Amino acid sequence: MPSLALPVEHQFDDAGQQREAATLGMWVFLSTEILFFGGMFLAYTAYRYTYPQAFAEASRQTLIAFGAVNTAVLLISSTVMAFAVRAASKNRRALLGLLLLGTAGLGALFLIIKGFEYAHEIKEHLLPGSRFYTNASDPKHVELFFSIYWVMTGVHALHVTIGVVLIVFFAFRAWFTNAFLNRDTPVELLGLYWHFVDIVWVFLFPLIYMIDRHS
Amino acid sequence: MRALSPRIYLITGAALLALLGLTIAAAYINLGPMNTAVAMTISLTKAALIMLFFMHVRYSKSLLWIFVGAGFFWLSIMLVLAMSDYMSRGWS
Amino acid sequence: MTTATLQPGPSPTTRSEPTYLNVRTTISSWLLTTDHKRIAILYMVSITLFFFIGGAAAALMRLELLTPQGELVTSETYNKLFTIHGVVMVWFFLIPSIPTVLGNFLLPMMIGGRDVAFPKINLASWYLFMAGGLFTVFSIVTGGVDTGWTFYTPYSSTYANGHVIAMATGIFIAGFGSIATGLNFIVTTHTMRAPGMTWSRLPLFVWSLYATSVILVLATPVLAILLALLALERGFGVGIFNPAIGGDPLLFQHLFWFYSHPAVYIMILPGMGVVSELIPCFARRKIFGYHFVAYASIAIAVLGFLVWGHHMFVSSQSIYAGMIFSVLSFMVAIPSAIKVFNWTATLYKGSILFATPMLYALGFVGLFTIGGLTGLFLAALAVDVHVHDTYFVIAHFHYIMVGGMVMAYLGGLHFWWPKISGRMYPERLARLAALTIFAGFNLTFFPQFILGYLGMPRRYHVYAPEFQVLNVLSSAGASILAIGYLLPLAYLLWSWRYGKIAPSNPWRATGLEWTTPSPPPKDNFEITPVVTTEPYQYDPEAAELEAHA
Repeated sequence: MPSLALPVEHQFDDAGQQREAATLGMWVFLSTEILFFGGMFLAYTAYRYTYPQAFAEASRQTLIAFGAVNTAVLLISSTVMAFAVRAASKNRRALLGLLLLGTAGLGALFLIIKGFEYAHEIKEHLLPGSRFYTNASDPKHVELFFSIYWVMTGVHALHVTIGVVLIVFFAFRAWFTNAFLNRDTPVELLGLYWHFVDIVWVFLFPLIYMIDRHS
Repeated sequence: MRALSPRIYLITGAALLALLGLTIAAAYINLGPMNTAVAMTISLTKAALIMLFFMHVRYSKSLLWIFVGAGFFWLSIMLVLAMSDYMSRGWS
Repeated sequence: MTTATLQPGPSPTTRSEPTYLNVRTTISSWLLTTDHKRIAILYMVSITLFFFIGGAAAALMRLELLTPQGELVTSETYNKLFTIHGVVMVWFFLIPSIPTVLGNFLLPMMIGGRDVAFPKINLASWYLFMAGGLFTVFSIVTGGVDTGWTFYTPYSSTYANGHVIAMATGIFIAGFGSIATGLNFIVTTHTMRAPGMTWSRLPLFVWSLYATSVILVLATPVLAILLALLALERGFGVGIFNPAIGGDPLLFQHLFWFYSHPAVYIMILPGMGVVSELIPCFARRKIFGYHFVAYASIAIAVLGFLVWGHHMFVSSQSIYAGMIFSVLSFMVAIPSAIKVFNWTATLYKGSILFATPMLYALGFVGLFTIGGLTGLFLAALAVDVHVHDTYFVIAHFHYIMVGGMVMAYLGGLHFWWPKISGRMYPERLARLAALTIFAGFNLTFFPQFILGYLGMPRRYHVYAPEFQVLNVLSSAGASILAIGYLLPLAYLLWSWRYGKIAPSNPWRATGLEWTTPSPPPKDNFEITPVVTTEPYQYDPEAAELEAHA
């Protein structure tokens, strides 16, 4: 009869303490991520304040339809992930694996859609650097917007990619091992990470795509 | 972690999508300087819903609330004090 | 079980169980260890190495500054020297030092635990530190970087030659090691205290480590993203700081100092924590105002995030923002001053023993006070306009970092050396070294206050001839300081093998770590302690009676 759960690590007195420590640790890590993205949010805020027209004009060149669909994709993926964590807490391993794979699939869809956007922007010479070109009225500051756009969405996409890889890995562990039998904390922590990545995008979306769509 | 009822997750998800629709709609209406404030408020609401229900913060110890708040609080310190420079450069 | 034993405990040779040092002795048992005590030793060796690398750069600089002309090295080389000195000393010595060596070793023991919350992440933090160090050393040996440790744009992003990206990568990676350490300490302190160990019974060293860890986890990520943005701009032309497209060099400075000012509190808070342990023990008195000192640590951590603009008073930051930062900078001095008052009050009517750790602690209090007060001069806008970027600033922060922090590290190292190694260091030689360091330090850096006040700029290797006498004094002091630092390196290494065997509690100190054998066994405590008393239960009357018995 295989053991029902992995033993508590030696530095902990009991499973409850281990779980509390793991959860607290994950939230501390997420706080570091808030500050990590935060530096870029400061750059965005400072430059948008200084060059409002250029930023508005540049924002209008982003593909809002793609951005909106992507936002919906991530919000739905967060919902699916919440159900996955619930399945883990109820020891329903097959369902857990399925829901994790669904989450990862939606994450991958996000990346594919983002890829199309990036390809479009490269074609339109909106990649910062020597090849950057725009016929906007304030090209230098439009380039500044796109520098921030590429960095912020790029770092976010990197986080999405890491998330997708981990989620797929967890899905296979859920199906083929006992890793999550009576041990849902790792899945819950992965869920926290994924929800955080979603929250970052929730802020990014209006800031990038919708500075001024109404003039 | 006690499992929440599926309804909570479904309602939260639906609310999030509804708020997304609201974000997009509001972007096309001219509210002047309020556009940004409205957009950020809706974003904060979405973030709050995700944190409270998907991330189970609503059902967690208050210590966790402090940690969650700390990150945002420190970010606001950075934004407020740094922007105080940018926004006052043009004075006198 | 009580928290303290005033009697020396059994010596290691009469114990039967193995210690953390000899339980397994293969190389892989060290390189793959998850024991917080062994990880502390790994860090101790690494940061000592980096200290001497940074020190070598300083030695070359002080040699060059013996003469007003640039005779020993070219300007470009000199720029690389002060960059190496700053980068290595800040990120690879000062920031890790006390937290990763003394903190790693002592935190679990001080709270009555078996290890930190995440031992594997602890080991990973050391590897991250070493990987970062490797990139940085690579950058140095392949030609170095001449931007200064502050990497200001657009010089660093566009015009500088040299391996800026490699050095930035090294610091980036090491930064994640810092974050891992801070995360571990925060979670450990919250979740793994022994029964009865309430927050109000924690040693003040733990409070200071906690405050340090808060800064580590909240400030370091901003540095990380900044270095990434710098590398992207330099490597791929993504011009966030590029003035040609409207980028603002001051944005870099805001982000840099948002991290780097709290970073100086990362560097000093653990030192204050050590002093808070040493002074009660060697004055045989309870710390005066325990809660004031504890909360002052937290106040420093929080207020320290509000003052970064004082590094940018003359950088074209708005004067109104400058005024706000100036006022906040005055306020951040208050909790530090509270600590100095409390340490001094602890000494009053105490029964003082001038053992080596106490010499370092007293040196800290005096030198940190001088450094801190000169910080107030710098916080005043009108004064800073004149002394910014002069040797006055250099003297200010070296009084705090070297006169304060390094002395606290050495004091703590000597204090806990018996616990870490199971051996006593040679006391008289150690006191001589401490006095040599104190003398050498003051001779090195006091003239620099005068030099700065008289107008000698920093980061220049060529200077006006009237500054030579003071520069020669400073370099002479540096050579004495160097000898002073080599002495502990030598005798501590010597003592590891030949020192007197140490009892459990040679100082008759309070604290859970002193109830274990020297060195401790792998899991620290045979049975989990239960804490029932307040910390620092020192009693001067009893000490007096013993002295006259």
